[in-house]
Amino acid sequence: MKHTISILVENKFGVLSRVAGLFSGRGYNIESISVGETIDSQISVMTIVTSGDDFIVEQINKQLNKLIDVIRVTDLFETDHVEREMILIKVAPKKEDRVEVLRLCEIFRGRVVDSSPKTFTLEVTGNESKITAFIELMKPMGVKEFTRSGKIAMAREGINKK
Amino acid sequence: MKMTGAQIIVEALKREGVRHIFGYPGGVVLNIFDTLYDAKDIDLILTRHEQGAVHMADGYARSTGQVGVALVTSGPGATNTVTGLATAAMDSIPIVVFTGQVPTGLIGNDAFQEADIVGITRPCTKYNYLVKDVKDLAYTIKEAFYIASTGRPGPVVIDLPKDVTSSQANFVWPDEISIRSYNPTLEGNKWMIAKAAEEILKSKKPVIVAGGGIIASGASVELLELAELTQVPVTTTLMGIGGFPSTHKLSLGMPGMHGTFYANKSIQNADLLVAIGMRFDDRVTGKLDAFAPNAKIIHIDIDPTSIRKNVDVDVPIVGDSKKVLVVLNQIIKESEKHQWEEIRHSWLRQIEEWKKEHPMTYTFDEDIIKPQYVIEQLYEITEGKAIITTEVGQNQMWAAQYYKYDYPRTFLSSGGLGTMGYGFPAAIGAQMANPDKIVVDIAGDGSIQMNIQELATAVINKLPVKVMILNNGYLGMVRQWQELFFNERYSKTLLETDKIPDFVKVAEAYGAVGLRATKPSEVGDVIREALKTKAPVFMDFKVYWKEKVYPMVPAGASLDEMLFEETNKKDKKKLKADKIIMT
Repeated sequence: MKHTISILVENKFGVLSRVAGLFSGRGYNIESISVGETIDSQISVMTIVTSGDDFIVEQINKQLNKLIDVIRVTDLFETDHVEREMILIKVAPKKEDRVEVLRLCEIFRGRVVDSSPKTFTLEVTGNESKITAFIELMKPMGVKEFTRSGKIAMAREGINKK
Repeated sequence: MKMTGAQIIVEALKREGVRHIFGYPGGVVLNIFDTLYDAKDIDLILTRHEQGAVHMADGYARSTGQVGVALVTSGPGATNTVTGLATAAMDSIPIVVFTGQVPTGLIGNDAFQEADIVGITRPCTKYNYLVKDVKDLAYTIKEAFYIASTGRPGPVVIDLPKDVTSSQANFVWPDEISIRSYNPTLEGNKWMIAKAAEEILKSKKPVIVAGGGIIASGASVELLELAELTQVPVTTTLMGIGGFPSTHKLSLGMPGMHGTFYANKSIQNADLLVAIGMRFDDRVTGKLDAFAPNAKIIHIDIDPTSIRKNVDVDVPIVGDSKKVLVVLNQIIKESEKHQWEEIRHSWLRQIEEWKKEHPMTYTFDEDIIKPQYVIEQLYEITEGKAIITTEVGQNQMWAAQYYKYDYPRTFLSSGGLGTMGYGFPAAIGAQMANPDKIVVDIAGDGSIQMNIQELATAVINKLPVKVMILNNGYLGMVRQWQELFFNERYSKTLLETDKIPDFVKVAEAYGAVGLRATKPSEVGDVIREALKTKAPVFMDFKVYWKEKVYPMVPAGASLDEMLFEETNKKDKKKLKADKIIMT
């Protein structure tokens, strides 16, 4: 089962390696990880997507909590939450497909962030399935490269357990 | 007043009450060593290897409960501490290790004797620091001692760049430490403790499994009270040895791979396990699916990650063992009076029968020394009052099985990591902390050679530790596995320690005393002679090479599948044949 775990950590030297090292050292899986600042500059938030059975995910949560620099661990699996990912994707469509690419981008509420005579670079945000769907639609158009940001997530206000 | 980083370190150590540091100098820690040269209140003990220094700090900590301290240089000095740190981390031992580092400006440049020790030790410490600014130094040291000694204790490393120790700052000592991201749960959940009491009160066949948490939290008095109040038998894991008196009638000895038949039988037949300060290590549980099949499990531990890591638990209680037991005992005392002697009668009688069926015994021999006999003799002669350290392997298991421990902090052994070479330096550290006690390292001929250089430390510092080498000429435990599971193919377990080295001569070369026993009749005299000697002693006991540690649960088997010493005729004949080979 996939779990999105949000981790508030002290913004200290080496904290990313402590968290990442915990996952590699204990054989847990990281599907995506993103790290960034929060409203408090001394605190960073890490969003990690991981998977495992209930026992393993319970251990992951506890082991993260045990790290000295970890302030709070929230497993968003149990919480109603919003999650977003961003993709930058560079496509090189045939001439006749250029309009189709722009139309699809519009449908996905994406933006063109760079264009050249032969390519478009598009930016799309959304949840994981939306991003995946967009990639699938772009594939026949000639994808040159893409970068996914990894997921960031936040609990919804006022609504708790599913 | 401005102080140098080195002066701040020494002042901070004094404030933390540190009296002894085990260390080894080098280029980037010269400032600190120079300042310690004048420090009257702190005794700096020069070891012969950095690994020895860390194990000494560990032995010091285990035997006293205080934080042990080591100080080493950068690069190889720092990397040599890794085994000691991992040993302390696995067994939850509070130590603080100071490592030197190249100047901040050179970090990352592959400078001479540079190692990324914070990176290297991250997985084998509770926490570690690289101090980049002398202004952070005092606070960091206070915080390091706090983290090492609170919650589930563990080792902490402080990496000190050379320029940080030479530059100056005001000494600002914090009154207390508060870390928003580190708040160990000490008090157990009241409701859960009440539930645990209820389970204990209604159980018919309960067993307490007590681990190192009893010793770390100082809960042996409370454990004894709980056991006696409700007449529950107690088995102590390797790390829990000494947490409950071995000579008590409710004591079952050790469980697990080389545990007693009756401890394992009790666990397998119990309807309730009360696990306190232990973590269901695979050496304790054997095959997990078949472990304690009929038992509900109450698990008390300060570390939430220990709970439900290996076994499912019915009543989880996160908290300090001592604090939880105080509340638990109170609830039990206030509950309805039970006639425990009567209620437990049939369960305890069953256990007595198991004790008769397979007591902890070995076959004594008049001509050839059995290692178990050596340890029994040590127990009798020291009246059970020594601090015992062990190496790892057969010596460790026999030391756990055949010496009786009635007091906490008297059995120091590398349980989790299983570090050969631990026992001797740990004994030196323990002797430093306990100058009036008898400290004996029960060693094997393999393990003792892994930190034998520390004999110099013991002799020069007049620390009269006794080393009892159970010399069977082999890496005995590995040889035992080869005999039982690898068709007697002794691939590289023969040490030829009957010839090399001559341990008596080694001892003498270092200015210590060497004694040897080759016959059972000499064992007692050698031990008495060693204990009379006011200097370190190596006792070389030439023991039966084929003796095995029993009972034994093969790795991966269930606790029900125990092997015992063979006593049929064929094997007796074999024993004689082996004797001929030996002599």
